[in-house]
Amino acid sequence: MTYLATSLLLYAEEGAEHALELSDGGLLAEWAWLIPIVPLVLMFAIVFVGKRLPQKGWELAEFSMLFVAVYGVALFVANANGGIHYEGSIEIARIGSLVLEWGWVVDGLSIMMYAVVGVVGLAVFTYAKGYMEGDIRFTWFFASFTLFAGAMLVLVSAPNLVQLIVGWELVGVASYLLIGHWWEDHENNAAAIKAFITNKVADVGLIIGVIIIGVTIGSFRFSDVLEAIANADSGLIQVAFWAGLMLFIGAMGKSAQFPFHVWLPDAMAGPTPVSSLMHAATMVTAGVYLLGRMFPLYQNELFAVDVKTIIIIVGALTLFLTGLIALVQDDIKKVLAYSTLSQLGYMTVAMGAGAYTAGLFHLFTHAFFKGLLFLAAGSVIHAVHSNNMSDMGGLRKFMPSTYWTFLIGSLALAGIFPLAGFWSKDEILDSISQDAGAGGGLVASVVLVVAIAGAFITAFYMARAVYLTFYGEYKGEGQPHESPKIMTYPLIGLAALSAVAGFANMPGIFTGFTDWVGARIIVMGDHHAEAINFLLAGAGLAAAAAGIAIGTRLWRGDRDTQAARDTFRIPVLYPLLERKYYIDDFYLRGIVNTTKGPIARAIDWSNTYVLDGVVNGVGAGAGFMAKIVYGGIDQRGIDLAINAAAAATGEAGEQLRYTTTGRVQQYAWALFAGTILLVVGFLIFN
Amino acid sequence: MDWFESGWGLSLIVFLPLVGAAFVLMLPKAQERVAKWVSLGFVLASFGLSVGVLFAFDFDVTEKFQLGTDLTWIPSIGSRFHIGIDGISLPMLVLSTFITLLAVVYSWNHWPEPHNPKAFLALILVLATGMNGTFVALDLVLFFIFFELVLLPMYFMIGIWGDRTKMRIPGFKREVETRLYASIKFFLFTLFGSVFMLLGFLALYFKSDPHTFDMLLLADMGQMGVFTGTFGAWVFAAIFLGFAVKVPMWPLHTWLPDAHTAAPTVGSVLLAAILLKLGTYGIIRISLPILPEQAQVWAPWIAILAVIAIIYGSLACLAQTDLKRLIAFSSVGHMGFVMLGISTLTDIGINAAIIGMVAHGVITGLLFFVAGSMSHRYHTREMSRLGGNMKLMPVMGGILAFTAMASLGLPGLAGFWGEFMALLGSFSPLDGLSLGVFRSAMVIGAIGTVLTAGYLLWMLQKVNLGEPSEEWSGQEFHDADGFELAAWVPLVIAILAIGVFPKIIFGATDGAVVHLVKTAFGG
Repeated sequence: MTYLATSLLLYAEEGAEHALELSDGGLLAEWAWLIPIVPLVLMFAIVFVGKRLPQKGWELAEFSMLFVAVYGVALFVANANGGIHYEGSIEIARIGSLVLEWGWVVDGLSIMMYAVVGVVGLAVFTYAKGYMEGDIRFTWFFASFTLFAGAMLVLVSAPNLVQLIVGWELVGVASYLLIGHWWEDHENNAAAIKAFITNKVADVGLIIGVIIIGVTIGSFRFSDVLEAIANADSGLIQVAFWAGLMLFIGAMGKSAQFPFHVWLPDAMAGPTPVSSLMHAATMVTAGVYLLGRMFPLYQNELFAVDVKTIIIIVGALTLFLTGLIALVQDDIKKVLAYSTLSQLGYMTVAMGAGAYTAGLFHLFTHAFFKGLLFLAAGSVIHAVHSNNMSDMGGLRKFMPSTYWTFLIGSLALAGIFPLAGFWSKDEILDSISQDAGAGGGLVASVVLVVAIAGAFITAFYMARAVYLTFYGEYKGEGQPHESPKIMTYPLIGLAALSAVAGFANMPGIFTGFTDWVGARIIVMGDHHAEAINFLLAGAGLAAAAAGIAIGTRLWRGDRDTQAARDTFRIPVLYPLLERKYYIDDFYLRGIVNTTKGPIARAIDWSNTYVLDGVVNGVGAGAGFMAKIVYGGIDQRGIDLAINAAAAATGEAGEQLRYTTTGRVQQYAWALFAGTILLVVGFLIFN
Repeated sequence: MDWFESGWGLSLIVFLPLVGAAFVLMLPKAQERVAKWVSLGFVLASFGLSVGVLFAFDFDVTEKFQLGTDLTWIPSIGSRFHIGIDGISLPMLVLSTFITLLAVVYSWNHWPEPHNPKAFLALILVLATGMNGTFVALDLVLFFIFFELVLLPMYFMIGIWGDRTKMRIPGFKREVETRLYASIKFFLFTLFGSVFMLLGFLALYFKSDPHTFDMLLLADMGQMGVFTGTFGAWVFAAIFLGFAVKVPMWPLHTWLPDAHTAAPTVGSVLLAAILLKLGTYGIIRISLPILPEQAQVWAPWIAILAVIAIIYGSLACLAQTDLKRLIAFSSVGHMGFVMLGISTLTDIGINAAIIGMVAHGVITGLLFFVAGSMSHRYHTREMSRLGGNMKLMPVMGGILAFTAMASLGLPGLAGFWGEFMALLGSFSPLDGLSLGVFRSAMVIGAIGTVLTAGYLLWMLQKVNLGEPSEEWSGQEFHDADGFELAAWVPLVIAILAIGVFPKIIFGATDGAVVHLVKTAFGG
């Protein structure tokens, strides 16, 4: 048992930041600005010249990811050999005392993200070449995809909150373009808009949080914020709760936490490689990343420590509720989507439990196995031309590479020893139990139970997915084939990583990852496991094994899918899950349609009939008066202007009469003559 | 270059277009080609000189009025030909000459009915003089003349080249042509505000001692507390009314959707890009420095009206079916952010307002360009009939999508800074202003950005995406032509450049704004 005595981070003393003995990373860190810039520049290149290249722009996209992967891994290795912290910034504006900057930060946290985005991105971009072959907008797809990765790197490399917002929203736009890639179908467009708007709602929180922090300490730099926290800045303490809460609301949008989770399953409308990258390395990780970046704000007892309770509850709700929905999905991508939500819930729970390392470690391992699972699912969809598991079955015979890799991914996700998910999930369980011992109290204890139950659910729905897809009889049409090598090689690569990534942090044996992501400007005091907690590891493993066992019992064999599904049709619960707890319905019918419909129409009506009514009424009144006063004298003028003219009704009519007879010259001349006088006056008096 | 810096440079920027208008009018009507080249030459010269101003301007002292002159003009009333620019007016002046140039380029082969390029170009040129003049004038009479000068050309532009479809006005029996209703409404509405503004100017003149119309002298007096109390309140209200109509602020905005919708493309562009800015510019240039005490009294009310405009404008957009009318209503919301920034009376907020003005100029200008070209091709602006535009005209659709993204305030593009910093300013307004009002305004304004994203994305969905409707099948559509691209690409580049490197604007405005806030409000 490792109830760590680790204090909740209070480093007031000056020397704290030097205690880490971080290096500045030398040239490698100085040039790291290339990591976000190369994809963004190549994105433009793909747009403008992509179509003329032999591979239609794919080669540029692939090169950008290869570059990021190589650079990211190089940094990763350098950081593992000795922590790096480097920040570079250029000023882009100065307003009063406020400075706006672009820059790049190279430290343990961002390096881990560069490496993950690069490596997973490389696998997905390679795969996408095969998957998107023959697509009507092949080049444009890779342009948006490169923008997507580039935007994520802008976000990750941000040394200040404003640049974070920029990357944050660019990720949102890129996701909009990708989800709606097949925009001929309005259903896809609706999904794209839903993703964008849901995120935009959460961004209200992010922007307000950034404003609160920036105005309070007079700087947007993370390093200044962290310093203010280390120095127990009294101004920041006052607003810490609201700032922390608002930033978390922002994080809830991108990381799809309940109740902002609704956009993510719909985002499956995009091509499968998009889902893969979005769920593994980019976009959904942004929220967890932000919580990691701002970790001391939540962890320090003087600051937003109360928000942590909210974070852990939201995370637990997300991990449990969405995991259940995954059980009733027929669309294989939706199963994985709800699974992602559930896993993001784990990461959020970890952050809420004060476990910086555990949250990021799960982000790290999840990136590999979830990226893999989506690509494997895409390979299946590519073969059977359907997303529905009721059209699949028995595919393990036709697609052995896909089957084996999918199986490894599923086991890793379910948390089976010794694959990656086992280690990261165990790390989270351990951290929650530490939190329960260190002040988290009852909430943390309940969350621990929920998290173990979540492990059961995860294994259960993945077992279901594996059996329905790969076992039994094939129910689809035609003869499915294994995908080409350009698609299976990335699967194999990611499967290998899913198997071994967990070894980066094995409590008591090798805890490299803890040190790697701990290379920050100030020490990250958090709950992390120092040795394997056999009780918790055993509980987690047992829950997963039980899930697989029951899943096997229910869905193994050649049962008809429908019958298999019926065994799970528990009254009340099933319709509740199928309608996704009616949350989507409430948002669409209750909020969106009401705003777009009655409210917007009422505003427009009031504009036409109330405000303009007054204006037109004044006009009509003036016209009426004019009629009385001038009677039949100026019939024509009144006729023309009766509808709206105010005091100058007759005059305006006269003018119009001239213009329509083409005598603009007269007026222009008059104007000209008048202003000539100005010039002459100027000349005389000069 | 003494002549350039002693007032001739600015004077030429202002009056060259007017001389051009004279030349154009003297040409025979049939000589369309010559008229175009003459107009282009003059607006190009005006733009070129304003670029010259950028080089001559001393960016180390942006709070100083530079390159101007101060000459006796109408001695009997003490009105002087006083012109000059500082960091606040510089971006506006360059924006004005830039957009005018693009408007002429675009017009090259896009003539709304009833054609007549000669008259149309002459009006653009006269308009340019009015707009440029407003941004350099430092004397209230001079300012007023230029401010009013823009009315007439725009009135004719809408009234003659505008939309001829008949419309029914609620409460009236007879149908009228849209262009007539819109142009008269525009003219009278603005005139109504201007009358009060003129009264306010005269009141300032008679209260000042010695009597003067000079903005700088009046500002000095105002900051010493000459225009305070009830007098100040009435004067502020009168002047504000004039500017508020022009901005336009809710609830004085109803002329705008009609005018924009009815105006020919170039008219909408100039109206949105420059004319609306005259109002906000006037508030920053005249109301704040001359009546600082009153500005602080009114600021919370302005903030409230501004957020009403943001929400109201966005909700109204959601109900629109006409593409141009939607863009027009979006201006109400965007100018709401500008007003919100101004109402904070802080350096951050006013800087936000100025970059917001420039950004709205280039973004909404471009939106109207594209919307105009599209309705020219489809002969309809009804969004329900459009759709699948990306298939029919990919380049135009792409630019529309890009501009819509910029308009919804996407970070990295020009529109973001104005919105974000206006919200930033409202979090900590000038000392003494109600925190409750301004922080609520911040939250509501931030929610407004969601609605903005909503209506723009739905607009894109209706217009750009999906399959083209059967109505258009078999028809040939010409995607953006050379003149259109020549007018649009510079705007696209400007949107990107300001978004990535906002110092382009803040580098000019910051010093001047900080000085303004310090002298007027001590903040």
